[in-house]
Amino acid sequence: MSAPMVTAENVHKSFGHVEVLKGIDLEVRTGQVFCVLGPSGSGKSTLLRCINHLERIDAGRLSVDGQLVGYRERSGKLYELNENEVADQRRDIGMVFQRFNLFAHMTALQNVMLAPMDVRRLPKAEVREHAMQLLGRVGLADQAQKYPSQLSGGQQQRVAIARALAMKPKLMLFDEPTSALDPELVGEVLDVMRDLAASGMTMIVVTHEIAFAREVGDHLVFMDSGVVVEQGAPRDVLSNPQHKRTQTFLSKVL
Amino acid sequence: MSGLPAPTDAKTPIRAIPVRHWGQQVSGVIVLAALVAFIYAVATNENLDWSIIAANLFGPTILSGLWVTISLTVLSLIIGAALGVTVAVMRLSPNRVLNSVAGGYIWAFRGTPVLVQLLLWFNLALFFPRLGLGEFSLDTNTVITAFVAALLGLGLNEGAYMAEIVRGGILSVDHGQSEAAMALGMRRRSTMFKIVLPQAMRVIIPPMGNELITMLKMTSLVTVIAAPDLLNRAQVISSRNFYIFELLIVASIWYLALTTISTLIQMRLEKRFARGVAGVAPRRRRILLNLKPGRVTSPVITPGDRPVVYAKGGAGS
Ligand SMILES: Nc1ncnc2c1ncn2[C@@H]1O[C@H](COP(=O)(O)OP(=O)(O)OP(=O)(O)O)[C@@H](O)[C@H]1O
Ligand SMILES: [Mg+2]
Repeated sequence: MSAPMVTAENVHKSFGHVEVLKGIDLEVRTGQVFCVLGPSGSGKSTLLRCINHLERIDAGRLSVDGQLVGYRERSGKLYELNENEVADQRRDIGMVFQRFNLFAHMTALQNVMLAPMDVRRLPKAEVREHAMQLLGRVGLADQAQKYPSQLSGGQQQRVAIARALAMKPKLMLFDEPTSALDPELVGEVLDVMRDLAASGMTMIVVTHEIAFAREVGDHLVFMDSGVVVEQGAPRDVLSNPQHKRTQTFLSKVL
Repeated sequence: MSGLPAPTDAKTPIRAIPVRHWGQQVSGVIVLAALVAFIYAVATNENLDWSIIAANLFGPTILSGLWVTISLTVLSLIIGAALGVTVAVMRLSPNRVLNSVAGGYIWAFRGTPVLVQLLLWFNLALFFPRLGLGEFSLDTNTVITAFVAALLGLGLNEGAYMAEIVRGGILSVDHGQSEAAMALGMRRRSTMFKIVLPQAMRVIIPPMGNELITMLKMTSLVTVIAAPDLLNRAQVISSRNFYIFELLIVASIWYLALTTISTLIQMRLEKRFARGVAGVAPRRRRILLNLKPGRVTSPVITPGDRPVVYAKGGAGS
């Protein structure tokens, strides 16, 4: 068994009086493709956002690669990290959004180059070379000089993946990366993700693409209203769901 | 309901008397007559000495005042813009102290008349006779000259207004943009200056043209603290030769010239920033697009609006 990359123990998160995560326990192992499934509003995005501290958890423990997210533990006491330390923790976690969120005023290449230069302070020539490599890897070397609005949704999402990879993350979070795409563009993004999984990247993927979860996923979690209802090997959960709620959900999406 | 003619034989052309805009024609004649009468009255008025206007329009005193007016306008706008960006960023900061300081500044400087602010700066010596500490202090009146007081008054006041413009621009940028930057590990400052502000520019820049025009005219207030601006110079001349009306006309001609140029600048800015920054459709096609029925030329700006291919849920929309 490989080492755990993400560990969540009894994670709680509320927005105002609404409890969105009600005690989540999870373990994502290094190299795993960890799929998260669940109806709208079940807290999938919130969970991902907690993992890179875009949201702060209210209770429980959450750690990435052995480090607590957002806190430092010293002699049994927790100290909150300051804003810059939190930013530093996020460097090693890539995130891909449902709506791409490419920087609209920059070309594809500039989008990919920005963070390594700004955050890691690497020399421009080196960053550029790596960025072109990554764009090649997602099949967009010839679109490097285009602005996001000149690209199709599938192309934008592939640039967004390249942008996240440019930071050489140890963990990638995907929040419904194909949900905003026209059906004919979904395949090209999933192909890139499939390659990434094959290269050994640890990935947490929130998705409604059942086929992808079945083929590529190593582990699947089904969430509903803030709790993990059931989990296991994708094949088992998908073809033989134990829980009533899972069965209902799958009967709707399959 | 459009007033289409009743369907007739397709071959016979429609013969109809076009709508007569009687109201428009009558009022046009009246306005024209009034204008001619006014010009006649002014041109033949013996109380108005045109030679004085001609002699002073390009006179050295007026030109020096013109220069002061232009420099005051430009410098105050620069001070205002720098302050505006700083204060807007402070205003949106989660830091309560910065936030309150910014709020207090905007409250105070927008809540009092510029004229009062100018007088306060000019009379600062009454309150602080010397500026600085101990040996390193200077007589306030030598530091705060009329020009410096004018700059402080106009610049600080403008900063408060610009702050609100900049804040609006920042808030117009889709939150997903800064979220993506944060997810990459970028710090707040980088995110603001490299991601948010550049995209806020398209909302911030067009109203700047308006600020330029307003500022040009507002500089005339500095006359009350005897800063040697255009209006002040005109008044200095007329206090000597008593051609009060003539010199006010000289000043007005220059103000009109300057605001006309500013209006042209503003129109260009608005055109350039109305629809994205680079790679916009050629202007002619844009105009044609806007002429299509049912299409409204709206000043609403969507982030990522640099159209060629629209992706579903396009970047930062
Ligand atoms: N910033 C927020 N403030 C208040 N409530 C929020 C916030 N973010 C999410 N929520 C609420 O938390 C609940 C869970 O949201 P979340 O986005 O995690 O669900 P999801 O499983 O990702 O759903 P979807 O499939 O629609 O993306 C929803 O009811 C949502 O309205
Ligand atoms: Mg979601």
